[in-house]
Amino acid sequence: MSANKESWGSRVGLILAMAGNAVGLGNFLRFPVQAVQNGGGAFIIPYLVCFLVMGIPLLWIEWSMGRFGGRYGNHSTPYIVDTMGKHRLWKYIGVFGIWTNIAVASYYCYIESWTLSYVFHSIMGTFNGLDQNGVATFFDTYVSIGESTMGIPYEAVFFYILCLLLNTWILSKGLSGGVERVAKVGMPLLILFGMFLAYKGFTIKAGEAGAAFDSAVGLNFLWTPDYSQLWSPTVWLAAAGQIFFTLSVGMGTIHCYASYVRSKDDIALNAMSAGWMNEFVEVVLGASILIPISIGYLGIDRVTELVQQGGLGLAFKTLPYLFAQWGEVLGAIAGVMWFGLLFFAGITSSLAMGTPWMGFLQDEFQWKRKSAAWSFGLIVLVLGMPTVLFFHYGVFDEYDYWAGTVSLVVFALAETILFAWVFGMGRGWREITAGADIKVPGIYKFIIKFVTPLLLLWVFIGSLVTPKGGDWAKAFAGDWVLDDSSIINKIKNTSLKRQLAEATDPAMIEHLQETLFFVNASRILLVAVFLGIAGLVYIAYKKRVREGRI
Amino acid sequence: MLGTMLLVTGITIYFFVRVLSAPPKPEPDSYLDNDDDPDRQVKRRTDT
Repeated sequence: MSANKESWGSRVGLILAMAGNAVGLGNFLRFPVQAVQNGGGAFIIPYLVCFLVMGIPLLWIEWSMGRFGGRYGNHSTPYIVDTMGKHRLWKYIGVFGIWTNIAVASYYCYIESWTLSYVFHSIMGTFNGLDQNGVATFFDTYVSIGESTMGIPYEAVFFYILCLLLNTWILSKGLSGGVERVAKVGMPLLILFGMFLAYKGFTIKAGEAGAAFDSAVGLNFLWTPDYSQLWSPTVWLAAAGQIFFTLSVGMGTIHCYASYVRSKDDIALNAMSAGWMNEFVEVVLGASILIPISIGYLGIDRVTELVQQGGLGLAFKTLPYLFAQWGEVLGAIAGVMWFGLLFFAGITSSLAMGTPWMGFLQDEFQWKRKSAAWSFGLIVLVLGMPTVLFFHYGVFDEYDYWAGTVSLVVFALAETILFAWVFGMGRGWREITAGADIKVPGIYKFIIKFVTPLLLLWVFIGSLVTPKGGDWAKAFAGDWVLDDSSIINKIKNTSLKRQLAEATDPAMIEHLQETLFFVNASRILLVAVFLGIAGLVYIAYKKRVREGRI
Repeated sequence: MLGTMLLVTGITIYFFVRVLSAPPKPEPDSYLDNDDDPDRQVKRRTDT
């Protein structure tokens, strides 16, 4: 008998929680950078196409898988997929839906804790009077842990633990009493803060408050299409990858949230509403803040240089300095809004990551909600501390790559095959349309069965054997040299080993050797966690057999 | 740019309004808040 008595409070609450799960830091930090790097305005075409033929199908698949599993008392992916596919191995593939969340939460909560800390620093006026280098140095000092900027010893660790405690406490309040309440407050505030900052992003004038360019320069840079990029497989791969990140598909969180929806209630319209809400936050708000404001003050060349290091650098090392140009009061308000919206985007996602593990323990081992929540907090703390303590040694990036990137594609591909080919498209279609408040276009039967799995397969193979520099034409012509970003070269640590071979400075050599050690150690740790969860799934299976539930 | 932004905003509002205006389903449903809503209770047979 499951100890799981969770329920959603309201339909709007469920949609906001689901949208909050999808809306994350990537909407504001990853999307605009991807757009700049992949053809500007032209990127939106493959991006929206991938949303229509991969994102929406995956949303419907995961919502209906979750609701189907919930009917049999299953609220996490191992036994949700086990209900749908009769082969005993499916439940071990379902382990991805718990493992990914634990591993991602471990480093994600660390970024979340930066945003929380930066809210306080914005209020305290820490960034006033600092030049751009000063703000960048502040961030580097912060993540170095050794020095404190607030008088709190081990400040980064303190905020990380504070953030984890907050997540755990909210999770212990349950779905309607915790997760949904946060989403109902957090999502409207996030949109409100985003709209204010987007307004600022649209109205920057050259010469005012130290701005060098009008906001039109940044917006044109972001949105002017480079149609020559449209035929590049690399751009399509980037667009498909962004759809994964932004919708939180392939993680197991959507399954878990949807497993508390009854069979007669709608999922088709709910999925569309939550999915498009995420698109609004990403395409409308996300594209109007980071790049236009940065270019307004720093110009195209400098920002192009900065985006090579990703959106995190711009968000934490550059924007606080730019906000300070708006004056002490407005700068503080903008800082609170920017890091506040990132915090809400982060926490609504990290809360979702806790629910599959909790659902699993409640379903299979009759754990109480509170114990399950605290066990999640503890595991994330243990697994996350290496990302905090050894941030400069690539542990953070390693977790992000394997759990936050590769794992999503692998699980999404597996679940799509299960849904469309094993469970069967006929039954799958009935699941999607049961209780639907909208008419689901019939073309999606074909898309889910053929287009989505093929696209996912292509994304996986494309990532596995990415050719050097993304030059697919050269690769197909026979000269297929693997890029360092390909999965195969990542496994072999090709880039790191090359850097080590080329390094001459003894300090650098030592740092790279340590990095190599920590990279391999983090992989072993991640594999051990996966095997540990798989072991629990096996124990749960034996328990089910003993109790006559199988 | 504006066309894309307006399109995405419009579709988002459209689906959210559809959710808000969807006819209620009878109890028991998936949501706790409307458990006691009189309009959602299943009509009991009164033929005895």
